[in-house]
Formats: sequence, C-alpha cells, structure tokens
Amino acid sequence: MGNVSTKVSIEHLTYKYPFAENVSLEDITLSIDAGQSIGIIGRNGAGKSTLCYVLSGLIPRFFHGKITGKVTIDGEDVPTMPIERLIRKVGLVLQNPFSQISGAKMTVYEEVAFGLENLGIEKDEMHERIDTVLRQFDLYKKKDENPFELSGGQLQRLAIASVLVLKPEILILDEPTSQLDPRGTTEVFETISQLKTLGITILIVEHKFEKLVEYVDKIALLHEGKLLGYDTAEHIFSTSEIETYGVGQPIYTALCKRMGLKKANGYYPVSFGETAALMNGLKESGMDRRTYDG
Amino acid sequence: MVDAIIKVDGLWFAYKEDEYVLQNIDIQFDDKPTAIVGQNGAGKTTFVKVLKGLLKPSKGDVWIAGTNTKETTVAQLSKTIGLVFQNPSDQMFKSKVIDEVMFGPLNIWKDKKDKNFAYEQSVKALKIVELDNRLEEHPYDLTLSERKLLCLASIIAMDPKIIILDEPTIAQDRFSTRKLAEIIKELIKDGKVVLTITHDMDFVAENFERTVIFYQGQVLDDGPTGKVLSNEENVVTAHLELPNLVKLAKALDFKTTPLTIDDFIEGFSMYKKAEG
Repeated sequence: MGNVSTKVSIEHLTYKYPFAENVSLEDITLSIDAGQSIGIIGRNGAGKSTLCYVLSGLIPRFFHGKITGKVTIDGEDVPTMPIERLIRKVGLVLQNPFSQISGAKMTVYEEVAFGLENLGIEKDEMHERIDTVLRQFDLYKKKDENPFELSGGQLQRLAIASVLVLKPEILILDEPTSQLDPRGTTEVFETISQLKTLGITILIVEHKFEKLVEYVDKIALLHEGKLLGYDTAEHIFSTSEIETYGVGQPIYTALCKRMGLKKANGYYPVSFGETAALMNGLKESGMDRRTYDG
Repeated sequence: MVDAIIKVDGLWFAYKEDEYVLQNIDIQFDDKPTAIVGQNGAGKTTFVKVLKGLLKPSKGDVWIAGTNTKETTVAQLSKTIGLVFQNPSDQMFKSKVIDEVMFGPLNIWKDKKDKNFAYEQSVKALKIVELDNRLEEHPYDLTLSERKLLCLASIIAMDPKIIILDEPTIAQDRFSTRKLAEIIKELIKDGKVVLTITHDMDFVAENFERTVIFYQGQVLDDGPTGKVLSNEENVVTAHLELPNLVKLAKALDFKTTPLTIDDFIEGFSMYKKAEG
C-alpha cells in the first residue's frame, strides 16, 4: 500500500516530568498511518495522558521535564514545530472537561469561538463552523449560557466541540466519554466514526473497551510507561497476560475465554457482533456439545 | 420488608422558581444495594443532594432514619448519611490526605470523641480504599482516581449508616472499578446502605440488587435489577443502554436476563438444551 503515508511517528520516546522520580514514558516506538484510528489503553498512571500531551506538544512546551527520542507529524519534529502550525494539525480533548474550558468566555458560543479567533478565521466561516458543531453536539440551545453552568455531560460535549471546530488533522481524545450517559457515549463514538470517514487520524484513550473495539483499527497497550502491545484488538485482548496488567478486557472476551470459545482464526471475539455471530453459529452447526457444555 | 431508612413523599424540587427538576417523587429505600441510573440531567445528583439535606424539598418531605430533613441540620444528618461527590475537587480542601479524612470525624463528634479516635477511624477508612500508605501526601498530588477514593474514605470515616456515591466509576480504570465493587461489597457487609449513581450499566448489573431509573425528574422504573434492565423500552427512553451481557442474551433469544458472566453461562447451557 504505497499511497498510505505515515502521519505520526514516535521513535524511542522517553519522558520524565520535572521533579518526578521515574520516567512516565519509556522507549516508546510506534507509527500511525494517516486516517487510522488508534485506541490507547492501560491502567491509571500507565502514561496514556502523558503520551497525548507529547503528541499535542503540551510536552515540552507546557510541562517541561526531560524528553528524548523522536516524535514527528508529517515528518516534522513535534517538540520544536512552530505552535501555530502544530495547533492546526493536532487537537487535544483533555480528560477533565473543566480543564479544557478557557474560563475567559461567558457563553458557550464564545467558548467555541475562542480557538477560531486565535487562528484568525474569517467571521462568516467562524459562525458557520460554530453553528455546525453546536448542533452536532446538541449544544445549540445552550449557546448563550455560561459554560460553568453546564452539566458534566454538556461540558464534555462542549470540550469536544471546541476542539473539533478547529478541524484538526489529528484528533486526540483523552477519555472523552467519561461523564456521558450511554447514549451520549454512543453519539461521541459515532461522531468519531464520521470523522474517520473524512480521513482524520484519531487517537482515543478509553476504558469502555466494548465500544472502543468497534471503532479503532489498532490498540496501543501501555503499562508503567512502556508500550507492551500495538496491534488489532483481537491480538491485544486474546493474550492471557492482558489480565495480569490489570487493564481488563471487553466483557465479551472475558465471557468467551471462560467458555473456551474462539473464532475460526484462533483469536477470542472482542465485540458484541463477533460474539453473537459465534454463539449463533454454534447453535446452527450443532457443534455445542463438542465445544461447550460437555 | 425491612423498615425504610429513607422515605421520600411527594418530593418536588426546583432551583429556579417553577422549573421543577424533581417532580412528585415517592420512593423508599431499605438496605438493598441500589443503583440510580438515568441520562445526564435527569435529576439524579439533585435527588441525592436532597436526600443528604444539602437541598431542601420545594414541596414534599424526606425522612432519613425517621428525621425530616427540614427539621434538622446538614451537620446532624452527616452522622447518618454521607454523600461522595462526583467531582473530588468539590469536596477536598485540606493539604494532607490524613487531615482531609479527619475533618469530618473531628467535627461531627467533637462533643464526645477525641482526636486519637478520629485518627484511628480515618486510617481505618483509608485502609479500606488502600490509601493508608499516603497519609502525609497532598490530596492534589493523587491521581483523579485516587482522589475519588480519598473522598469515599472521608465519608466512610464518619461511619454513617447510609453512603451515597455519585458517579464513582468516572475516571477509574477497569482494575479500580473492580476494587470499587469490592469496597462497596465490604460496606454492605458492614451493614451500610449503599446507593450509587452511575452510567456504567455493566457495573450496575454486577453489583446492585435494585435499580431505579430516573427520567426527566421522575422515577421511570424501579425494581430488582434483572427486571428493570430487561425492559429495553424504558432503558432506551432514559438514554441508557442494556448491560453488555443482557444485550447479547437478547440477541440470542435467551429466556433469562443474565447480570453476570456466571448467569450468562448458566443461561447459555439452558438455552442450548432448549434449542438443541
């Protein structure tokens, strides 16, 4: 596939926060093709958010500390790239929406406009882009309200909207659905899948694996700052070690492991669809007595 | 039935005049572990703030262990009912983990108990959430996940009969969520009444006997978790989703509503026999 270009390349990345005793990322090497979507998983403290900060340039610009190795986007060095160029390439939605909100704007509408104003976007285009994202995230009716009066779920949608309105080429989402109800979560994932069809490269940190596996091409498994796996979901979750890292697995995979049910390719199912198909298949073929239930 | 420790009669609540976010709620809670679910903005957090006495009913009454919340103070109620806030920053204000947890015990028992007792209670509570080796640290040096556990410990240390958790699984990884489930089980074994607001439907299925669905300020459904979560129409109306195993069981035409992997495996073998 000669026409697929590498969007993000990380080589031997190691990073230590100022005053920290240990490194937060250790010798990470991975590359992401343009238009791919990547899930980042791992326990709290594994280095997931830190990796997001490196890719978005917050490290080393905002968080100092010691960074070694090479991180590039479209071949350009991220730590030294001019910020005005980086900001058009990468959008980061922070884990805590309270941290994302500027605090300087009195209405939801102005909050979404904030980034665009800084980029010097034409007024007409600004209004059009803002209206579109506010409707997309069901915030249009709230446009004149103070961001700090929104609920946790609305605030999280506002945080995503204020980044998406900038039309980044790479979108990084750090647990974007943590405050959302199940329908809101599904809507965010559906938005992500639309963005994918537009060719946007997506990285998403998420603990809701059953949802995540439906939408990502690959999963990066971080543990104590190291990259322990970078592969498709079925490869990552089929290993028996996955449990020892405490990271967990989709409930469907846990169920199929208990029942000893594998797919024809030898891996365990990870998603609802795969599991339902496999179990239905057992019913059809009458193989249940041999493979299960003794 | 065990006596209701929480009784809510004809409760209405409005933040702004005539904009009722809770509408005519009649409900009682006994010692069954209960999950409160519903979409963002359904009134769940407001409801538990009313139970805790932080907000007083606009109309109707709330009794906590026989006391009407209108006729007592929040400080008095704190001996019986504790609420762990969704956002730890709303709850923390001390510069050491141990001081944060001791604040409650020192204040609610200041008449009869001494400082040593408050310290012991606090260390015990921190042990339950496995933060007892972090006593001298600054709460803001803890991760968000740990800060949420710290807030839970602050409530446990006051030893209230009723403990309400507002979205405890937010910001927790799967491992910590399992740990949280263990802590909740311990509290229940210890005789606590535990009510939990959450969006994590798998967590509800696995850990709570009773489920209450809130929808637009009212109770849409209430009953044994298996029964409430098998009614897909209500679940969808409330912007929720079926727990993953229930969804799978429905797709396979199970006759049962499996809430755990064990339930599912049992249901699957019955279903295989019936179908096979």
